[in-house]
Amino acid sequence: MAPKTGFAVIGGTETRVDGLEKVTGRTRFADDLSFPNMLYGRFLRSPHAHARIRKIDVSRAAAMPGVHCVLTGRDFPIPFGPLPISEDEYVLAFDKVTYVGEPVVAIAAIDEATADAACRAVVVDYEELDAYMTLEEALEQRGEPIHTEHRFGNIHKAVSLEFGDVAQGFAEAEYFREDVFFYQGNTHMPIEEHSCTGVPEGIDRVTLYSSTQNPHYGHRLIAKALQLPGSRVRVVATPAGGGFGGKCDTFSHEFAACRMALRTGRPVKFTLNREEVFYTHRGRHPVLMWSKIGFRRNGRITGMHFRSFLDGGAYGSLGVATTYYTGALQPCSYRIPYYKFEGTRLTTNKPVCGPKRGHGAPQPRAMIEVQMDKAAVDLGIDPAQLRLVNAIEPYSKTINHFRVTSCGLKECIEKVVEVSGFNDKWGRLPHGKGIGFAISAYLSGAGTTQYPSNGPHSEVVVKVGRFGEVQCLTGSTDIGQGSMTVHASIVAEVLGLHASDVMVINGDTATTPIDLGSYSSRVTFMSGNAALEAARRMRDQIAAVVAATFGIPADCTEFREHKVFNAVNPGQSMAWEDACALAESKLGALSSTGNYTPPDLDGPYKGGAVGPSPAYSYTALAVQVDVDPETGMIDVEKVWCAHDIGFPINQTLVIGQVEGGIYMGLSEALFEEMDYRKSRLEAPSMLDYKTITVNEMPEIETHLICTHDPEGPFGAKEVGQGPLLPAIPALLNAVYDAVGVRIDEVPCTPDKVLFAMERKADGRGGRIGPTAFPEHATTARAVRAPRPAEWENGNEGRMN
Amino acid sequence: MKQMALALRVNGEEKPVLVSPSRTLLEVLREDLNLTGTKHGCELGECGACTVLVDGKPMLSCLLPAAQVEGAEITTIEALGGPSTPHPLQLEWARLGAAQCGYCTPGFVMSAKALLDSNPEPTREDIKAAIAGNLCRCTGYHKIVEAIENFARQRKADQAIDRSIDTTATAVRAVALEARG
Ligand code: FES
Ligand code: FES
Repeated sequence: MAPKTGFAVIGGTETRVDGLEKVTGRTRFADDLSFPNMLYGRFLRSPHAHARIRKIDVSRAAAMPGVHCVLTGRDFPIPFGPLPISEDEYVLAFDKVTYVGEPVVAIAAIDEATADAACRAVVVDYEELDAYMTLEEALEQRGEPIHTEHRFGNIHKAVSLEFGDVAQGFAEAEYFREDVFFYQGNTHMPIEEHSCTGVPEGIDRVTLYSSTQNPHYGHRLIAKALQLPGSRVRVVATPAGGGFGGKCDTFSHEFAACRMALRTGRPVKFTLNREEVFYTHRGRHPVLMWSKIGFRRNGRITGMHFRSFLDGGAYGSLGVATTYYTGALQPCSYRIPYYKFEGTRLTTNKPVCGPKRGHGAPQPRAMIEVQMDKAAVDLGIDPAQLRLVNAIEPYSKTINHFRVTSCGLKECIEKVVEVSGFNDKWGRLPHGKGIGFAISAYLSGAGTTQYPSNGPHSEVVVKVGRFGEVQCLTGSTDIGQGSMTVHASIVAEVLGLHASDVMVINGDTATTPIDLGSYSSRVTFMSGNAALEAARRMRDQIAAVVAATFGIPADCTEFREHKVFNAVNPGQSMAWEDACALAESKLGALSSTGNYTPPDLDGPYKGGAVGPSPAYSYTALAVQVDVDPETGMIDVEKVWCAHDIGFPINQTLVIGQVEGGIYMGLSEALFEEMDYRKSRLEAPSMLDYKTITVNEMPEIETHLICTHDPEGPFGAKEVGQGPLLPAIPALLNAVYDAVGVRIDEVPCTPDKVLFAMERKADGRGGRIGPTAFPEHATTARAVRAPRPAEWENGNEGRMN
Repeated sequence: MKQMALALRVNGEEKPVLVSPSRTLLEVLREDLNLTGTKHGCELGECGACTVLVDGKPMLSCLLPAAQVEGAEITTIEALGGPSTPHPLQLEWARLGAAQCGYCTPGFVMSAKALLDSNPEPTREDIKAAIAGNLCRCTGYHKIVEAIENFARQRKADQAIDRSIDTTATAVRAVALEARG
């Protein structure tokens, strides 16, 4: 509990402002809302992975009593996508279905049972096509591609970037590692199933209440797909019962609820069931990776060539960004003097992959951290030391032109080594027990918007009333991470109040200003900065009026303990309420705005907009395991984590994110997979889709490293995603330390461990994982970017 | 479909409802009685979000036909306390950040309540066993276990000096306020 230096609120452990509503079950989630005269929507979904729709006959369904609205693909002729460069999706399947579970017909009726019965009465005539269920099948593309409009068939996106000449880097190497690794896809599985209600307002307006992470992007897309002016659509984000990236996209049920509300003049609610949530997906991409790293004998990296194939599922979603992210952050953690990245995302006949916590970064991070571990063994350098030798430095440019400012990577590594006793344990624990190490870097918000815009990324309004009541209006959404508390804390700190004194109104495109959404770990940094600016402007307005009555300059006031103090004569003060009433009587309605736009940090090359962030968080982590050599079962005993948070706005929230992120990482590493049998998802239920429960959860020891970021609000950086990343490879490395086998695959299940141990005993090498990487020439135009000037003359990226 | 009249007893109140025989307790609570504090994450008995107490025992309301619990005492999260009158267990839950998104929380709290009512001094293993059927995707479970442990410890300390549950509430509230200040 170290932080909280000189602040009243920031750095403390105050209870979250929405905490009591949550623990008493009073928080109103999307499905808790109901409206008079409400209808219920359901979908008829595709039973086929790939088929042409010859004919849809809805006549029987439409004639059923209690059915009020039936929509098909023809009602939504405009394709959409979260990224304008990848608009390939329709609200309802247009002329083809492309995965099992794709919505085909939407029906609104007086209750769910009637809507479901009507869905069963719809007759769809399908002509089945060969389905592409794997990367290999998609690449080979024997028949009709999934999207005939894509230029390269099933290749959705291909990227090829090179910084300097990687051959030159390899020429300097004394030792190489070349590896192949596969990371299976998995899903968010928020406990809350997606839900929304479209409510008609007046003749041509609609309000959507939805469990969305990104109401602003939803606002834009709904207006577009419904061909309505943006001024006629309002999106209200209800508190999300978990998001993890799974509620970032705008979904069929959201479009359909709005259209049906306008059609029928009645509120229309859609609540997905659990099986549908699995189909709705947008989760972690399965990624097959190949990486070659050149090292000097002393462990210093001389160059890296990294290749990835992403299995994207049926549509684009945010997959273009994901593709870049599989190559963006490697140089952000290590000083890589020459770097080449080639990534290709393929379309397959499966539920759509998209952004899940860590968005495209966990897969490559898992691979290269395991590769670093192997290199450490080969080079005879301890794994933590190998990371230190290559660690990126504060205030430097990465080889792919990202600006790194505050960076506590070395401190994180040293801290974890110290508290875990890594040096005494690694290679020294009895057979079956092992410890593994890994690090990571992550963004505090993407530097670029999802659609072209020059506006601020975050806008905040602070209002103060006659009785001293304070409201903070923000478009950001609270998905459990605590963004309302972050805003309240920042405003309270500046105005000398408690966080609980600030009412946060959020996530409503009509009453709150724009925020791009709760994704990319951007809210604390970006919206937090906007809140800070708005709060300071409010303080300045009030200070000017109070200072005038004190007869002192405005900057000689201090706001603390619910009072405005005369800093020249601290005996004199005015109660907060009196100061507000006075200011309002002189100035009229008290409101202020704050805005945040990140600096332009794009790299000078095509694709240089994915990855730049105003600040990066850093994490180091060690995992200790006990592997049962008889069963291959992995018992995770303890996790040590050090995270460079910049500075914590609220320690309780930060620790919560660290623990939740590590939980999710370990759960992916051990169990989670979207597994298909033929064209069907093997396990669209929570019972079959195994996750960590309280019984498997190890102890976690967290240390916060405070690097006081120069641009973060009160020095803060992100924590929602970073700590997940190293948990996965640290576990894989611990398994190696325990039983001497390499599982080059996620998840690392007991059968794989056992099989690898058998192979090792037979002298066939103790490794499980892919053996080949498709030698498929990239369709991307190769982009060769110069190395940043900061890398000239032996200077390894340091900025002056 | 044929409707049936049921006389349910929910949170100490008589609640007559007219429902179809297949209607689950979860549906009746949320849709007929507007008690939306009880959540759903699967409606298949897999997540624990719908846990309520039936005669003091934790039950998954999504699997229970409402007709089957006629005459039983049903307790939902709404009975424990509101934001201004939280149960001390809830207060500790909030203080520790054991509710992030809070969607799993009502189910967990009801499982914990059942445990604490029948076993005043649960071990860590008892606690884990009691909540093993509840899934949480946000917290990593530690703060949840800690909240239950802290509550049990505090209650025991209070009982040792012969104080009632009301003073426990006051004491925990004071700690929470102090931590907040
Ligand atoms: S809703 Fe009852 S167990 Fe999931
Ligand atoms: S707090 Fe979100 S699922 Fe438990």
